[in-house]
Amino acid sequence: MGRYLVRRLLLTVPVLVGVATLVFALIHLVPGDPAQSMLGEGASEDEVVQLRHRLGLDRPLFEQYRAFLTGLVRGDLGTSFRYGTPVTREIRDRLLRTMQLAVAAMGVAILIAIPLGIAAAVFRGKWIDHAAMTLALVGISMPNFWLGPLLAILFAVYLGWLPVAGTGTVWHLVLPAITLGAALAAILARMTRASLLEELRELYVVAARARGLSRLRAVVRHAFRNSLIPIVTIIGLQFGAVLTGTIITETIFAWPGVGRLLIQAITFRDYPLVQGCILFISLTYVGMNLLTDLTYGILDPRIRYD
Amino acid sequence: MIRVGVAIVFIAVLAALIGPALTPYDPAAQELARRLEGPSLSHPFGLDELGRDILARLLSGARISLMVGLAVVSVSSIVGMLLGSIAGYFGGLVDDAISRIVDVLMAFPGILLAIALVAVLGPSLTNVVLALTVIGWVGYARLVRSQALRAREFEFVQAARALGAGAPRVVLRHVLPTAFPAVVVQATLGMAGAIIAEAALSFLGLGVQPPTPSWGTMLDAGRSHLFDAPHLTIFPGLAIAILVLGFNFLGDGLRDRVDPKLAK
Repeated sequence: MGRYLVRRLLLTVPVLVGVATLVFALIHLVPGDPAQSMLGEGASEDEVVQLRHRLGLDRPLFEQYRAFLTGLVRGDLGTSFRYGTPVTREIRDRLLRTMQLAVAAMGVAILIAIPLGIAAAVFRGKWIDHAAMTLALVGISMPNFWLGPLLAILFAVYLGWLPVAGTGTVWHLVLPAITLGAALAAILARMTRASLLEELRELYVVAARARGLSRLRAVVRHAFRNSLIPIVTIIGLQFGAVLTGTIITETIFAWPGVGRLLIQAITFRDYPLVQGCILFISLTYVGMNLLTDLTYGILDPRIRYD
Repeated sequence: MIRVGVAIVFIAVLAALIGPALTPYDPAAQELARRLEGPSLSHPFGLDELGRDILARLLSGARISLMVGLAVVSVSSIVGMLLGSIAGYFGGLVDDAISRIVDVLMAFPGILLAIALVAVLGPSLTNVVLALTVIGWVGYARLVRSQALRAREFEFVQAARALGAGAPRVVLRHVLPTAFPAVVVQATLGMAGAIIAEAALSFLGLGVQPPTPSWGTMLDAGRSHLFDAPHLTIFPGLAIAILVLGFNFLGDGLRDRVDPKLAK
């Protein structure tokens, strides 16, 4: 187990360095002069030179790269061009909102998907199964940037039950959480069904059925618990998709999180902030995947990294 | 399901090819006096915020969506197949180098890297295709690499090598074809992914720029009129969802045929 953990951790290091390098390179992909692009066409030569100096773009590339990595290790992602404050502070101020949304979305997804997946597996081949799986496919095909406005039209505009955007009460969280969680619910429902069907073929379930247990009781009492490992893994691995989804969901519902901050930073060509947000989201994703892999390794001792 | 998928995709292609000729309205023509007008007999999907016919714009937008999907899937699959087969067939350092690049690109969730690339390169249709291709080839490379790892042990591949066939010939003629069925399935599902990604980028203002009609930009425009003109949001979203559903049905159906074990 110990060797597995160490190898898995070591394998993450080159990925982290690669991600940081790619994010560092982003600002150098800006066509023309990034400082000029941030200040706009009307900026004077002096202003451009000053900003180039502030961003460190007038230093040799290798030195910039070294400073970027050193800053990263210290938790310093530079200064936001628009706000004039440290990028890490801007992200930290909005992190709680993004996490609230992500966790609520995953909760919604689990609440919808698990019963749906169980029903589909228990009534395999019946209309419930077909309906549940068609619903799941519709959920996967329905883009969140359409589902969000549709839910807003129905529940905020026509019915007036929920607020259309913003923050303040727990009710503000409902529509964004459903919007963000729908696709994950669809994937989870399919996974739950597949995993349960696999488990239902096992001998211990057949034995339980032979003892007179109904299919539903055999599922709930025996098969479901063992089918949880792949389901938990998918939940962990899908956290990245949820994080990316926050970018669109937060934009739709004016939710003041990191995703919305990224889009605002892009609009204002605040490249240090864009770099910081991209780096933060991708590093969180890598961290979650690592955590999922390690948990998987602990839950199932048969897994070894060879 | 596969038939429904084929039907949806066929209708969408037909709509993109001949649809604009069937409607009397120019997708760019404005009738400001009738802006935000709801669906009627003369304009079945209504008019947008500048008084343009939404149906005409949807039909023009279908071309953009399908073109982006096709371009992204074609380039991504060719690049991915080549690099994946080289990594799997040769192994060693080449495999290590390609696999590390794949690992790094896969460390960016969803379309985050595409958002980052378009953010720095500037919003345009070409940059959207470029950004989606940069993240798109990775999936094909991983898939083909695993197939190539198996294929190099096949007797017919070893026989070709024994007969003196060079590495490029073995890879192109013998290894790659073993991966084709899986690649076709992935490409079909990839069309759905590329269409959603293009629409998402355009929705965020990072993709196709107005006045070019794109389903994503149409949805973005609808956001400001949720209260007074919901049809601006309903129809473009419906078009995206149906087309994506069509490709998903088709991809799922093809996968079941390629690997009957999955058709459970």
